[in-house]
Amino acid sequence: MIRYVLGRLTSLIISLTIASIVIFAVIEVIPGDPAAFMLGVNARPDTIAALRAEMGLDQPLITRYLDWVTGLLRGDFGQSWTYKTPVADLISDRIWVSLPLAIYALILSTIIAFPAGIYAASRRGGAGDVTIMGATQLGVAIPNFWFAMILVLIFAINLRWFSAGGFPGWDNPFQALKSLTLPAIALALPQAAILARVMRSSLLDMLGEDFIRTARAKGLSRRQALWKHAVRNALIPVLTIIGLQFSFLLAGGIIIEQIFFLPGLGRLIFQSISARDLIVVESVVMLLVFTVIMVNFLVDLAYAAVDPRLRTKA
Amino acid sequence: MSLLAIKDLSLSIGDTQILHDIDLTMQAGEIVAITGESGSGKSMTALAIMGLLPHGSAPKGAITLDGIDILATSEPDLCKMRGNTMGMVFQEPMTALNPVQTIGDQVAETILIHEKTSKIEAHKRAAAMLERVGLKVSPTRYPHELSGGQRQRVVIAMAIALRPKLLIADEPTTALDVTTQARILDLLRDLVREFDMGLLLITHDLAVVADVADQIVVMQQGRVVETGQTHDLFANMRHPYTKALFEASSHEVQLPVRTASAQLVYAKHIVREYPMPRQTLLGPRPQFRALDDVSFHINHGERVGLVGESGCGKSTLTRAILGLEDVQGGEITLDGAPVFTGKRPNLAVRRKMQVVFQDPYSSFNPRHRVDRLITEPFHLLKTLPTGQARADAIAKALVDVGLSPADADKYIHEFSGGQRQRIAIARALIIEPELIIFDEAVSALDVSVRAQVLDLIADLCRKRPLAYLFISHDLSVVRTVTDRVLVMQAGKIVEQGETETVFTDPQHPYTQTLIAAAPKLPTLGMAV
Repeated sequence: MIRYVLGRLTSLIISLTIASIVIFAVIEVIPGDPAAFMLGVNARPDTIAALRAEMGLDQPLITRYLDWVTGLLRGDFGQSWTYKTPVADLISDRIWVSLPLAIYALILSTIIAFPAGIYAASRRGGAGDVTIMGATQLGVAIPNFWFAMILVLIFAINLRWFSAGGFPGWDNPFQALKSLTLPAIALALPQAAILARVMRSSLLDMLGEDFIRTARAKGLSRRQALWKHAVRNALIPVLTIIGLQFSFLLAGGIIIEQIFFLPGLGRLIFQSISARDLIVVESVVMLLVFTVIMVNFLVDLAYAAVDPRLRTKA
Repeated sequence: MSLLAIKDLSLSIGDTQILHDIDLTMQAGEIVAITGESGSGKSMTALAIMGLLPHGSAPKGAITLDGIDILATSEPDLCKMRGNTMGMVFQEPMTALNPVQTIGDQVAETILIHEKTSKIEAHKRAAAMLERVGLKVSPTRYPHELSGGQRQRVVIAMAIALRPKLLIADEPTTALDVTTQARILDLLRDLVREFDMGLLLITHDLAVVADVADQIVVMQQGRVVETGQTHDLFANMRHPYTKALFEASSHEVQLPVRTASAQLVYAKHIVREYPMPRQTLLGPRPQFRALDDVSFHINHGERVGLVGESGCGKSTLTRAILGLEDVQGGEITLDGAPVFTGKRPNLAVRRKMQVVFQDPYSSFNPRHRVDRLITEPFHLLKTLPTGQARADAIAKALVDVGLSPADADKYIHEFSGGQRQRIAIARALIIEPELIIFDEAVSALDVSVRAQVLDLIADLCRKRPLAYLFISHDLSVVRTVTDRVLVMQAGKIVEQGETETVFTDPQHPYTQTLIAAAPKLPTLGMAV
């Protein structure tokens, strides 16, 4: 077990290192000199050169990469060129919106998907199965931004249950959660549809396995065999999807954040790219990569918790 | 009152009639074997008794177990009976257990769902039952940590934990090695005696039947064709199908006499090791020696058998001979040229060898037509036959294996298992190799089909000098189709020699064990 964790940890560190190099390199090759961009088209070359020196852009690549990485390790993300504030502050403000939103959406999606998937699988071919599968088909097909607008139209404009956008901050947790509810639903439903389908097909695979027949021969009813033997085995592919979905929810909420005027990471990254604020872009992307890799690491640990076969393998 | 009485059992699924008027009675303490080939309805009969028929099944007739009519019993009541009045053991021990639960939990579950008892008590009884079935590992182990034979013991423990009146065992030893099979059969026999339960044994293997059953039921295409006490039935077979089945099971082929010839394959001191997981974090990876100083040869036109139990290195040896993997020590040559050069198989040698695998269902690409399937080895040739030459080669290969040239345009799903294995042989023959490796090539086939394929192999030997390595766990088959035999154990060849000599007078203790463990058919007419 320890070996499994150490193995996963090693691969985590290697992934992070490679990711940091790739992110840095990609940002470097993007056309557009940030200094020239900030000073406008009429700037004199020597002013631009001075600003470049101030921003450290005249240093060799390796030095700048190492500076950036060691900074990251110390929690120093550098200074934003456009906001003139530490990037760390920018991110920490935003992450308190994006992270709860992603977790909220993931919880919603799981709460919807698990029962739906299990129910559909246990009644394969029945009316319940057909209805749920039809609904998930619809859920996969509907774009979440369109669905978000419909939610705003119904619950914010007509029923006035929720505000149409904005985020009041965490001083009042109830209000904060309330303002995240519509975006979370908009994000969660399409994910729930996918997850329910995976849960169903994974369970159906398991129900066809020999050990389910063994369980039935022991005297378990169909339902007992499903809950006691199939569900846990079916979780492995489901966990994979949950891991992927969390990453998507954290980084991919950009359109939803725009629709609901949420000051999240998606908006920050969008604005920073427009402003050529590369240091912010680099850091936010690195943070997202870090989160994705961490989540995958946690998913790997969850696999081992579910499946004893992984614990003994190297 | 008899323990189990099946009367006029018929079963249809959709429009297909699966079982026709099955009659069967058995007493407590009796071992009844249902035998027959695939599709005979043996497993469906068993599932009907368990009340576990697939969806859409419409059974008619009566199955009375311990005074209760199964077909008239509701599902909740059946759940109470399964595992309690009747238990079942299945064929494939590798997949019959839940991989994410410990074996102790799984055995205890049988007790917990039927009896109001504490978890601790259930686990105690489960541990005792695991010990009773001869399992010497802790109940806290997971299934993947056990061998096939051990897992089958766990499945048996689960089925008998509550001492059911009837135990159904559906091909319980088919997936196991002969020595393991012998031990599992002994265990089942002991349990029947000790618990005074009925054992309904379902098996295709007549030799196993002859060994253990009191009563035999022979089934063919959903009907019982013959039934009787084992002794009487073997002494006096009435139905032609029973006779055919018996003959096919002990089928012997006439190999043409081989003339002395030069060496074809020569292997000297082969060592193949696989790295295993590290024991400590940064320590060296221990090596598993799959082939340990293996030396042998095969002459031109010589038929050599390779026997041994699973994990003994048979498959590794096959890969090494085919040059699919390099070896760590020794050298394998074919006609004097090494089979492996640099980092890849030596193509010049590779085109002289072909292989036929075990599973005729999964060893073909279902999207290709037969002509494309059997011409796959052509890529090994320097010049690809095209046009008429290609068509002729296809036709010849198909005719050689007893199929027709017109079959070339068909897809693989249009053929039966036996025909598919013929196609696999045609694929091997098409480039006229010097050596064919038959890797458990007849193991998945029904006895009658197996007999036909063995005849085909003998027939091919008569047409031209064919050298082959015949790998099988089935000693009776190896005995009839080979001139010489190699016996492998734990990566070593422990004995080799003329087939008849080795079988009649085995020298190595392992060979003696293997031969003693293999169930034998009685000689016809001997038992009276």
